[in-house]
Amino acid sequence: MKSKRSLLALPYVVWMALFVIAPIIVVVIYAFTTAAFDPTMANFAGMGTYVSIFIRSFQLAIIATLICLLIGYPLAYVMAKEGPGFQRVATVLIMLPMWVNFLLRTYSWMAILENNGLLNQLFDAIGLFDLINSIFGTDIEYFRMIRTQGAVVLGMVYNYLPFMILPIYSVIVKLDRSLLEAAQDLGANSAGVFRKVIFPLSLPGILSGVTMVFVPSVSTFAISRLLGGGTHMMLGDLIELQFLGGAYNPHLGSAIALVMMIIVIICMWVMNRFGEGEEQAVVL
Amino acid sequence: MSKELIRLSDCVMSYDGDVVLDHINLYINDQEFLTLLGPSGCGKTTTLRIIGGFLSPTSGDVFFDGVRMNDVPPHKRAVNTVFQKYALFPHLNVFENVAFGLRIPRTQTVEQGGKTVSKKVRLSKQEIHDRVMEMLEVVNLKGFEKRPVSALSGGQQQRVAIARALVNRPKVLLLDEPLGALDMRLRKDMQGELKRIQQEMGITFIYVTHDQEEALAMSDTVVVMDQGKIQQIGTPEDIYNEPKNAFVADFIGESNILDGVMRADGVVEIFNRKFQCLDKGFDQDEPVDVVIRPEDVDIVDEGNGQLRGTVTAVTFKGVHYDTIVDFYGFKWLIQTTDYCPVGSNIGIKIDPDGIHVMKKSQYSGLFGDYSSYSEEYEEIGDADYVPDEEEGSHHEE
Repeated sequence: MKSKRSLLALPYVVWMALFVIAPIIVVVIYAFTTAAFDPTMANFAGMGTYVSIFIRSFQLAIIATLICLLIGYPLAYVMAKEGPGFQRVATVLIMLPMWVNFLLRTYSWMAILENNGLLNQLFDAIGLFDLINSIFGTDIEYFRMIRTQGAVVLGMVYNYLPFMILPIYSVIVKLDRSLLEAAQDLGANSAGVFRKVIFPLSLPGILSGVTMVFVPSVSTFAISRLLGGGTHMMLGDLIELQFLGGAYNPHLGSAIALVMMIIVIICMWVMNRFGEGEEQAVVL
Repeated sequence: MSKELIRLSDCVMSYDGDVVLDHINLYINDQEFLTLLGPSGCGKTTTLRIIGGFLSPTSGDVFFDGVRMNDVPPHKRAVNTVFQKYALFPHLNVFENVAFGLRIPRTQTVEQGGKTVSKKVRLSKQEIHDRVMEMLEVVNLKGFEKRPVSALSGGQQQRVAIARALVNRPKVLLLDEPLGALDMRLRKDMQGELKRIQQEMGITFIYVTHDQEEALAMSDTVVVMDQGKIQQIGTPEDIYNEPKNAFVADFIGESNILDGVMRADGVVEIFNRKFQCLDKGFDQDEPVDVVIRPEDVDIVDEGNGQLRGTVTAVTFKGVHYDTIVDFYGFKWLIQTTDYCPVGSNIGIKIDPDGIHVMKKSQYSGLFGDYSSYSEEYEEIGDADYVPDEEEGSHHEE
C-alpha cells in the first residue's frame, strides 16, 4: 500500500528533479567556476560592485510589498465581508488584468506615464498645469513620472497586488463566524474584534501574500527596464544582462542569482519563524 | 430568588415571511436554570441569539431588568455565551482565551464630585491573573493555562469555553447545546458540573438543548418549543408528568399516546374500557389524548388485567426490558423488570395517576401507537394477531 502510494509520487519527484533541483545545481556550478569551468571564487569576489543594486532592489521590493499590503488587506477584508455575489465579481475583476500578458500591461503603463502620455494629457486637459503655473509662477508642462523609482514601484504594485489580495481574502473568508461573535460576546467592539481576532488569525494570509509579492518584486527585470528607463537598474536586470545582454558572463550572473536567492531564503525564514505560532493554530 | 431578570415580550422573528419565532412570551428569573428544549428548527437557538444580542426580533421587545434591550449590541450586554462548537480563539492559549474578556476595558459610571462620569476601567495584570486562575480552578483546568487550545480534548475545550464566559461575571450565561459534541459519559459528568457551577456562582443559566434527558436533569424550568411556539413551560416534573399536548408527551420521555373519550371527571374510556384517572374539568364525552408512560404500566396475569394483550417483542435494556405489547392491534411500549417471552398473553393494570389526559391539539394522532399505528389499527383488529419480525423490531429504531 505504502509503496504503491510512493509510486504515485514518482512523476512529481521526476518533475521536481528536472525543473527545480537540476537548474539550481547548474546555477551553483556556474557560480563557482570560470568560463573554462575551473573552480573559482572570483565571481563572488566582485560582488561588492553591485551592492548598490542589491540595496535598491530590496528597498523597492520592500516598499512595493508594503504598499501592496496596505492596499490589499483592506480590499481583501471588505471582499470577505460582502456577499457571495460581490465576492465573485471582485475576484474576477482582480484576476482580469492577469489574463493580459505581463509585458503588454507594463507597456500600457509606459503609455500612461510618459511625459506626453495619457495621464499628463489628462492633467493638461483639465488645466492642472496652468493652475499650478499661475499659483507658483512655474513653467511646468508635464509631471515626470516615467523613468523614476516611483514608476517602478507602481509597476510592481500593479502587477503583484492580486497575489497579496487573494491569499489574505481566502484566509479571512474562511474565518469561523462564531469566533467573531464570541469576541463580541466577551465585550469587544468592532475595532477590538478586528485587532484581537481577525488580524492575528489572518497573519498566515499576510505571510503568504508578502512572500508572493516580495519574491517576484525583488527579482523583477522588465518592470524596472521599461518603467525605470534603465536608470534604476535592479537585480533582475543585472542578471539578465549577464545572460542575454552585452556583459555576457553567465558565471557572474549565476553568482548574483545565488546570492539573491540566499538573501531571499533568509528573509522568508525569518518571517516564517515570526508567524509560526499563528500558522500552526490555523492549520489545527 | 424569583426576581424577574429577562423578559421576551411577544417576540416574532421571521425571514422573508418565514416565521421562525411565533409570538414568544417568556420571562426568566434571577439565578434560574432555564432550558429551551425542542427539536432542531424549533426556534430555541434563535431565542437564545435574541437574548445574546446577535439577532434583533422582527417585532416584540426584549427587556433586561425592565430596560428595553432590542438594539443593544452583544458587547454591551451583561450576558455571556458558551457557543455550540466552543468558538475558542485558536491563536491564544488557555489562559489568554479565558482572559480575553477581562483584557477589554469596561465603561463604568463612577461618582466624581457629585457628578456621574463614565470611565474606561482597565483591570490590573494581577487581577486578571487572579480571576483567570480562580476560574480555571472552578472548571478543573488548573495547570492547563499555558496549553494551546488545540491540544485540549473536547471536554477540556468545553470547560475553557465555560470559564471564558463566566470569568466576566455575567448576570446571565447563555449555553447553546454546549455538550452536543461530547460523548455520553463526559456529557453526564459535565451536566453535573454545570449545575454545580450554576449553583455555586448564583448565575442565571439559559440552556439550549434538544436532549430531553439533559433538560430534565439540570433545569429549574423547562420551556418546550416546537415550530417557533412555546408548547409548555414548567418544572421538569410538571413537563414529564403533566404534558400539555401530544407533542410534549412524545418529546419528553417515551410514551404511549392513545385516543380516548372523557366520560366523566376521573373517568376516561380507552378501547371501550373505562379507566380511572385523576384528570377533571373536561366536557362530558370530550375526545382527548391519553398519555401512558411505559414505566407506569404493571404487567399482571392475563385474567387480572384491565386490558389483555400479546407480547410481540422484547429488548433487554439493562435495568429493564422494553416490551412491546399488542392490544387489539395497537402496540404499546411497556418498560418492566419482569421478563415476558414473545408470544405470551398478559394482562396490564394502570394506576389512576399513571393516566394523563390532554386536550386534543394539532399534534393529536401524530405520535400515537408505538409502532406506526394508523394503518395497522385499521387493518388488524385482532389481539391474536402475531406480527412478523419486521414490525416487532420497530422500537429499536
